[in-house]
Amino acid sequence: MQRIYFDHNATTPVAPEVADRMAAALREEFGNPSSVHHFGQRAKAAIDEARSAVGALIGAEASEIVFTSGGTESDNFAIRGVAEALEPTGRRHLVTTAIEHEAVLNTFKALARRGWSTTLVKVDQTGIVSPDAVTEAIGEQTALVTVMHANNEIGTIQPLAEIARLAKARGAVVHTDAVQSVGKIPVNVKTLGVDLLSLSAHKIYGPKGVGALWIRRGLRLNPLLTGGKHERSRRAGTENVAGIIGMGVAAQLAATKMAADASRLALLRDGLENGILAAVSGTAVNGTRTPRVANTTNISFDRVEAESLLIALDLEGIAVSTGSACSSGTLEPSHVLKAMGFSPHRAQNSIRFSLGAASTEADVARVIAVLPGIVEKLRSLTRTPVRA
Amino acid sequence: MRIVVAMSGGVDSSVAAALLTEQGHEVVGLSMQLYDQRGPEAFGSCCSLDDLYDARRVASTLGFPHYIVNFERQFRETVIANFVSEYASGRTPLPCAHCNSDLKFSTLLERAHGLGAAHVATGHYARVERDEDGRWQLQRSADRAKDQSYFLFSLTQDQLAHAVFPVGALTKPEVRDQARRLALNVADKPDSQEICFVPDHDYASFVAKHEPAVTHAGAIVDESGQQLASHGGIHRFTVGQRKGLGVSAAAPLYVLKIDAASREVTVGPRSSLERERLTASHVNWIAVDAPAGWLSVSAQIRHRHLAAPGRVRALEHGRAEFEFDTPQPAVTPGQAVVFYDEDIVVGGGWID
Repeated sequence: MQRIYFDHNATTPVAPEVADRMAAALREEFGNPSSVHHFGQRAKAAIDEARSAVGALIGAEASEIVFTSGGTESDNFAIRGVAEALEPTGRRHLVTTAIEHEAVLNTFKALARRGWSTTLVKVDQTGIVSPDAVTEAIGEQTALVTVMHANNEIGTIQPLAEIARLAKARGAVVHTDAVQSVGKIPVNVKTLGVDLLSLSAHKIYGPKGVGALWIRRGLRLNPLLTGGKHERSRRAGTENVAGIIGMGVAAQLAATKMAADASRLALLRDGLENGILAAVSGTAVNGTRTPRVANTTNISFDRVEAESLLIALDLEGIAVSTGSACSSGTLEPSHVLKAMGFSPHRAQNSIRFSLGAASTEADVARVIAVLPGIVEKLRSLTRTPVRA
Repeated sequence: MRIVVAMSGGVDSSVAAALLTEQGHEVVGLSMQLYDQRGPEAFGSCCSLDDLYDARRVASTLGFPHYIVNFERQFRETVIANFVSEYASGRTPLPCAHCNSDLKFSTLLERAHGLGAAHVATGHYARVERDEDGRWQLQRSADRAKDQSYFLFSLTQDQLAHAVFPVGALTKPEVRDQARRLALNVADKPDSQEICFVPDHDYASFVAKHEPAVTHAGAIVDESGQQLASHGGIHRFTVGQRKGLGVSAAAPLYVLKIDAASREVTVGPRSSLERERLTASHVNWIAVDAPAGWLSVSAQIRHRHLAAPGRVRALEHGRAEFEFDTPQPAVTPGQAVVFYDEDIVVGGGWID
């Protein structure tokens, strides 16, 4: 079966250049980067090269990049690290939005249980966070404000630079989860004016299990892990050398290909979106269509359970996603769509299509051709089975 | 033919899926999430995360797609609601039968249709066949000890038309042999015994949590109405129960009757437990149209009961009455009575 992968916001296929370099790294750069000898130096050099590439992708100094196990660890490190570092100052209030990734939301919940006060800023049906609403949530006790750069489910791009400016004027440290924007839109830590930025390798055609946290020079935060003095004593544990090298190659590729990819993907995505809206009745785009990352559209299908639609599409060889998977792998209504004020019904009837480097016009045409029949079939079902 | 297999992660549904795959069908495995898997106390014996893992492993071994569908809401509204309200009414529910007719061959079958599959297969030990008149017949399994036709009596003709029981012609040891032949990871997995959604088999706590009013105290009385003791809720009792009554007597006492209105539990000797007849409601006739006159059949009145001969006839409003040739102990309201002609399920209903 010819399969179509429209779930690039979940993960991306590893780029061949990345895979090749990593395969070589596993064989050649096996040394421990902390070792003094030749083998250690060789691994260390490869990591330094990757660190420079990742820094360059976001306009940062290499020395400000700390490699982690991925976006979730980076978010945890930023939030917990700042919260704990500022705890002695009495600043024990944290601000975020209701449409963040669970890596942020559940870290907030964990800190709330330990005595921090937290505020989740509400978001309207555009899916755009209001800078004023964030500002209102900030008080004298606010230690940290964290707002995602692009939303993973609907793709909306937040007015992060303005939020950062307002938040910093009130003395808060500003973090952003940029896992879904890096590689899709230009990301520059100086222009954004944030203090901390999380990114992940596997969303930019790199390997899973590796990510990074950019920490503005001079910012103090407590480490998550205690151990050796790796990553300038910020992240203990022998480095995931091959993964980090892979992330470096992925960052280089993203820097060179991003602009061309984005304009191509925007055309494809718009074609898909308009095609679905025209071909299937009872459909609507969730969230504003601009500003939005070029590869993502999130569409609700009235009177269709997304769970069934996702399975039916997969059986046709079309991979999409919806909501967030819970521990068993079943789907729950999207917390993002619920937070935007959509009904639980609509939150449960929405599908995310996220395109990527290998997506083609033929893929888009096939999805538009297949969807109406599947939706019609699902809508036609009643509780009484039809006799064979 | 595309066919959906309801996969519990057990050996029976796994072998069912394997046999269909070998017959050349395009199998789609669906596992139902029926209650919150994440709560610390929510783990029953079936459909836990471990079972979902097992189902996924089997699907991957056999090379067909596997998905988990979330039926928590439907399960709560049908099976659990009925389970709780039956206990609160002084009856003893049979949730597996409701799950079969109200979920597996209802909601899940509907999902299957949506995915382009006309049939749902399960790992039940029962057989379904179409007779020469075009009527669908439900029959006991080839393995009488494992037979589950009792739990399937409420399937309508429409539902039976879309039901496939691939292991119904096999015995349990044969099913395990098949699983070993196919190197399935579940080949030696123990059978599930308990009600899947009740943690630690503590159904009394489960019912009390969902319906706190059941814990109101009441009296345990003898057949003359003399109070012998008090109890902490009628949901703790089932007709025919001997243990845990909290009453000492020279001869063993059994629960004879549970009156939800007065909260009285009547107990007495085993001889008082026997009944010559019963009536049933919501009767589903499978092998025959509702019989106006008496029909000789055997009646099975609980899962492990050896069907007892007698005669049945249909009453108005979907009810039926059955007379035993020999009186039977512990005719329990809320359980199913299923009428058999040899191996054929004639029909069945819910004991009044």
